[in-house]
Amino acid sequence: MPAAFQERIREAAARGAPLRLRGGGSKDFYGGALEGEVLDTRGHAGVVTYEPTELVITARCGTRLEELEATLAASGQMLAFEPPRFGADATLGGCVAAGLSGPRRASAGAVRDFVLGARLLDGRARELCFGGQVMKNVAGYDVSRLLAGSLGTLGLILEVSLKVLPRPAAELTLQLELSEDKALEALNRWAGRPLPISASAWRGGLLDLRLSGAPSALQAAAKQIGGRPVDPAQAERFWSGIREHADAFFAGDVPLWRLSLPSQGPALGLPGEQMIEWNGALRWLRARTDAAAVRAAAQRAGGQATLFRAADKAAGAFAPLSPVLLRLHRELKAAFDPAGIFNRGRLYPEF
Amino acid sequence: MGEALPAARVDEARQRAVAQALRAFLPGRSVLWQEEDTRPYECDGLTAYRSVPMVVALPETEEQVQRVLRTCHALGVPVVPRGAGTGLSGGALPPGDGVLLSMAKFMRVLRLDPLARVAVLQPGVRNAAISDVAAPFGLYYAPDPSSQIACTIGGNVAENSGGVHCLKYGLTVHNVLRVRGYAIDGEPLDFGGEALDTSGLDLLALMIGSEGLLAVATEITVKLLPKPLAARVVMASFDDVQKAGDAVAAVIAAGIIPAGLEMMDKPATHAVEQYVGAGYDLGAAAILLCESDGIAEEVEDEIARVKTVLERAGATRITVSRDEAERLKFWSGRKAAFPAMGRISPDYYCMDGTIPRKRLGEVLNFIGAMEKKYGLRCPNVFHAGDGNLHPLILFDASDADQLRRTEAFAAEVLEKCIAVGGTITGEHGVGVEKIDQMCLQFGAAELELFHAVKRAFDPQGLLNPGKAVPTLARCAEFGRRHVHGGQLPQPGLPRF
Repeated sequence: MPAAFQERIREAAARGAPLRLRGGGSKDFYGGALEGEVLDTRGHAGVVTYEPTELVITARCGTRLEELEATLAASGQMLAFEPPRFGADATLGGCVAAGLSGPRRASAGAVRDFVLGARLLDGRARELCFGGQVMKNVAGYDVSRLLAGSLGTLGLILEVSLKVLPRPAAELTLQLELSEDKALEALNRWAGRPLPISASAWRGGLLDLRLSGAPSALQAAAKQIGGRPVDPAQAERFWSGIREHADAFFAGDVPLWRLSLPSQGPALGLPGEQMIEWNGALRWLRARTDAAAVRAAAQRAGGQATLFRAADKAAGAFAPLSPVLLRLHRELKAAFDPAGIFNRGRLYPEF
Repeated sequence: MGEALPAARVDEARQRAVAQALRAFLPGRSVLWQEEDTRPYECDGLTAYRSVPMVVALPETEEQVQRVLRTCHALGVPVVPRGAGTGLSGGALPPGDGVLLSMAKFMRVLRLDPLARVAVLQPGVRNAAISDVAAPFGLYYAPDPSSQIACTIGGNVAENSGGVHCLKYGLTVHNVLRVRGYAIDGEPLDFGGEALDTSGLDLLALMIGSEGLLAVATEITVKLLPKPLAARVVMASFDDVQKAGDAVAAVIAAGIIPAGLEMMDKPATHAVEQYVGAGYDLGAAAILLCESDGIAEEVEDEIARVKTVLERAGATRITVSRDEAERLKFWSGRKAAFPAMGRISPDYYCMDGTIPRKRLGEVLNFIGAMEKKYGLRCPNVFHAGDGNLHPLILFDASDADQLRRTEAFAAEVLEKCIAVGGTITGEHGVGVEKIDQMCLQFGAAELELFHAVKRAFDPQGLLNPGKAVPTLARCAEFGRRHVHGGQLPQPGLPRF
């Protein structure tokens, strides 16, 4: 399979023709332009090695995420960053390229925090190998982490090694009635105490908190936090709905903004409906508001706004880069993909 | 190793010109060029490599750093940034023809926000000082390299430093939110932010662990974590090293991620016991230290589970720390492992390979065979949880033959680490020390790409030149010299 990919890449590079690297296509909606002929990665699939006691799984890019997570679950382990799939066809390659993390992100870390190594085909169709299958590795620049969130602009991710973690012994979801300000204040206060909070979601005056860990720790934490325990089956559906955007909040065609902010930042006061995750560090906004106003509010709060899902992305999917960062992006892009063929315009229109 | 670079034939006119250019905006005491002043900077923690810098600059403000870089860039002078100089791979080895940029005066904590759980630091703030200032708020900074009393956060960022709690709490890259600094041409850079992610490529991940080759950090924002309310450590003895290694796998298989999981072999426990009296079982072939932290109830549960697992795995003796004093005593031996070697040997050489844990027995047997082959002792301390092995070769540097044997011994061990699917450096960095082994770990295409990444930040190659990434010419030369097992090293080596 890699040989066929290499052939396509060489041929496209020679013509200067853009290639659109694509797994299951579950995140086609995310990011900027979809340009070029599709190079489908799904044929290169399967787990290469998985040893639960090493806490590492290595799999090919076309491996379905659902399948990979089922393999881990059979050994009582998980991808701790809870990547959203947005569809049954989602692949591992797409998960790493998109760099999106789910509800557990604030406590466990993001995709990039779990990437240990990767194999990549660059724009000259060279097979490159970075990082490895061990937890600690500082040989060479950390290129494998750089691939997380690169949206396929640097090359075709062939294979990835990820750190995995045991599933928590127990989980408990608590629900509290709190205003936005009170919820933000409480979430930041709790995050500074040794409490096993693994996810949070606030919308419309209701805060759901998920606790994960030893049953004794959950009992002790629940006493401190208060609130009403949510039925476990209902809680599981709720968190899956948040992770997969199946929750009613995400339905409909009102543009969806994703604001990444310092968690303690106050309520933004923007018009529209809001869902707050990650202890306040992630704020989803459904609004038809002017893009410039949303971006300005995010910037004032010390963060950035991404136009996550919208029919019209004329305002650009991602917050614009400063001139110096744009120059570095262009030069790194040229280092990996000199002919500029991979996922042109998907991250920024400039490359 | 052991490359005492020739005592610099300093181009005095050049030296004068550079010093004068820096004196234009730095006070006299902040520009050193006389040998009695520059000699103390001739090496970092890897003392086998020395080179007196042409000029040392000690700026105090960001603007001064920017002007030092601009000046050196304009004059085409190499610049090597330095924190506390505790690095073990020669990453801060000065350029004989360039400027050593000491960040030692950047010692201020600029902001600590207990609600946001972040601290904004100048790069010269000591690692341990971060947790000290955060302690009144019940917070701390997680990465704890063993040099934490002296090493600085700027150096930690350059090396992506680890410590004994990495398996649960991560490395520097997992605990730094933002790095501000300057490129070699003086352009201000800002990577990451106080939010959990930023748009575009993750340049923060690229910057961390880049060994000072991409930019000079002047401000670092770190994540602070709530201090666990309780912590206890289990100390277990094993009559066989492989059994201890299997016990580590059994702990992980039981779904436990200990806060710390360390292993020491018999020669190591004997060396440290004489030195600190940590109460280690001297009859054991290996001991494991397994720490649990969290709230009191959780720690009790986990300790009970760990004990059961270790008993089943064949532990011959198990002791649980009764109180904080005893916990610290158990750890004191592990933390003092390096200085303890200094007491039983004139010199020691610390390696830093990481291996898949399941290959531990094989690698330790290999090291045992190398001890015989080279006639040198080599105790082992091991960050068992994350597979990071620190074999310590004991030798006498005044004996040229011992030095040569140590070098060959270390090279064979690093190659073994690559061969079993590991890496030549887990947390100490490549620096100048392991630059030849980079030719074994990576092929020409990867090295070329690293150089292209470097050029994106520093087209003239002025920032920390000659470190971390070997030139292809150097690898070709290394390949000609280096014949291993009757075969030339090939890019086909299993290294992923």
